[in-house]
Amino acid sequence: MKLVVAIIKPFKLDEVRQGLTNIGVHGMTVTEVKGYGRQKGHTEIYRGAEYVVNFLPKLRIEIAVSTELADKAVDVITAAARTGQIGDGKIFVTPIDHALRIRTGETDSDAL
Amino acid sequence: MGAPTGRGPRLAAASIFTGCLACATPAFAEATAINTADTAWMIVATALVLMMTIPGLALFYSGMVRKKNVLATMAQSLAAVTIISILWVGFGYSLVFIGDGPWLGTLDRWFLAGMTMDSVNPAARTIPESLFMLYQMTFAIITVALVAGSVADRMRFSAYLMFSIGWFIFVYVPLAHWVWGGGFLGTAGVIDFAGGLVVHLSAGIGGLVAAKVIGRRQGYGSENLSPFDLSLAVMGTGLLWVGWFGFNGGSALQANSRAVMAIIATHLAACAGAITWAAIEWSTRRKPSVLGMISGAVAGLGTITPASGFVAPWHGVVIGVIAGLVCYWACTSLKQRFNYDDSLDVFGVHGIGGMTGTLLAGIFATASIGGTAGLLEDHPQQLLLQLYGVAVTLAWSAGMTYALLKLVSLFVPLRVSREHELEGLDISQHGEAIQ
Repeated sequence: MKLVVAIIKPFKLDEVRQGLTNIGVHGMTVTEVKGYGRQKGHTEIYRGAEYVVNFLPKLRIEIAVSTELADKAVDVITAAARTGQIGDGKIFVTPIDHALRIRTGETDSDAL
Repeated sequence: MGAPTGRGPRLAAASIFTGCLACATPAFAEATAINTADTAWMIVATALVLMMTIPGLALFYSGMVRKKNVLATMAQSLAAVTIISILWVGFGYSLVFIGDGPWLGTLDRWFLAGMTMDSVNPAARTIPESLFMLYQMTFAIITVALVAGSVADRMRFSAYLMFSIGWFIFVYVPLAHWVWGGGFLGTAGVIDFAGGLVVHLSAGIGGLVAAKVIGRRQGYGSENLSPFDLSLAVMGTGLLWVGWFGFNGGSALQANSRAVMAIIATHLAACAGAITWAAIEWSTRRKPSVLGMISGAVAGLGTITPASGFVAPWHGVVIGVIAGLVCYWACTSLKQRFNYDDSLDVFGVHGIGGMTGTLLAGIFATASIGGTAGLLEDHPQQLLLQLYGVAVTLAWSAGMTYALLKLVSLFVPLRVSREHELEGLDISQHGEAIQ
């Protein structure tokens, strides 16, 4: 089992969700986050006071998938979230030791 | 309200007219009588001006502070409404509008003593005195509430309450009497239709002094102090803008053409101010900001305040453009040059606006509108009179504000502790927070 964490541009969420649904991923957790990478920030001006905003709004998607599906999920997210502009985001894949569905008590692959 | 100068003949004519109408009712023995149309309009205008403070100013100000200080900023406007209302009834109204001594009125109307169902104030003979009192109360409220914007994000609530009470007694009450209540400025011929001196300049310079005395916010110039939610400030501006129709229009104290003229000039000045500010930003910073548009609108409104009721509609456009230019300069270049932290630009918008508008009233005053001629109608002395009014207001408000802050600081620190400032005033002063 793998945990796929993707940081994407907020307006790309629907395309990513659609792509993942198409390959059989039926669940995800989305969090509104802020951060920066190579894109850096931007400048905001309020009545002449300039503030450099370093942290830009992004969405963080987490999906837990079987090991076989992980590569495919990464491909789908990459295809859907890419604009080619700086700031498209990143994807991290890590192993999952154990998973459990709280309602039924099912574990591991049955719980995904 | 309108200065007595120049409106005497018109007022008298209107009074005689309405008086004759009322002759049919034997109960009214006096030559003047309550006019129901004037009364209806002034009730509405009173409600409009109260709406300017709650929720207008409360939203306008709190939308521009950080999230941790939103409730505390609203609390300042609310406190001004509750406390100043009672002080106004207690002695404020009487000291401002009863008796025409050069320096101060009398305490004859202490807690409205002697006010009856039929009594009128000489300044507004066609509406009940109680309504005149109530209308003027809303002006005192918003003036005190305006000052707080310069020290937002850092002033201790208890110190703010003490300061506000003192400021009302020692700055607002005398100034309002001097200009509107028969005091030496009004008698000399200084014109201030709805409060360029009494409201905006006095609050603006008071705010500047308070910002200097209390000091800059933690992180000013180095950290991001960007506004929590400018959409609140936009809503607040809308309420202020509409409320200003009652502020300036109501200052005619009658439902007449002069009130409508004041409203037209007011509206046009707000529009021209907003356009000007946004245009400057667009040309110098490549983007017209929403904060810029609302700042320009409020600058236009504050600047037209003393002149409305004395000038023609198109003067409103000119005054609005000048307001946008001058107040933009004050909120950016001037503020940076002298490095004071007037958090919400009370001085930059209201102080500079009130001063500019008072002087422009001396230039554009039109005899056929308000009975007073200005520089453009070959009466340059009016401009000198306006300058005199500005100088007195500046000196009095600045000096008294400084003295009051020093006095309050003997009892309680003006500023919250460093920890409380970083934590936010909502939680440290009021035990609440927006999640």
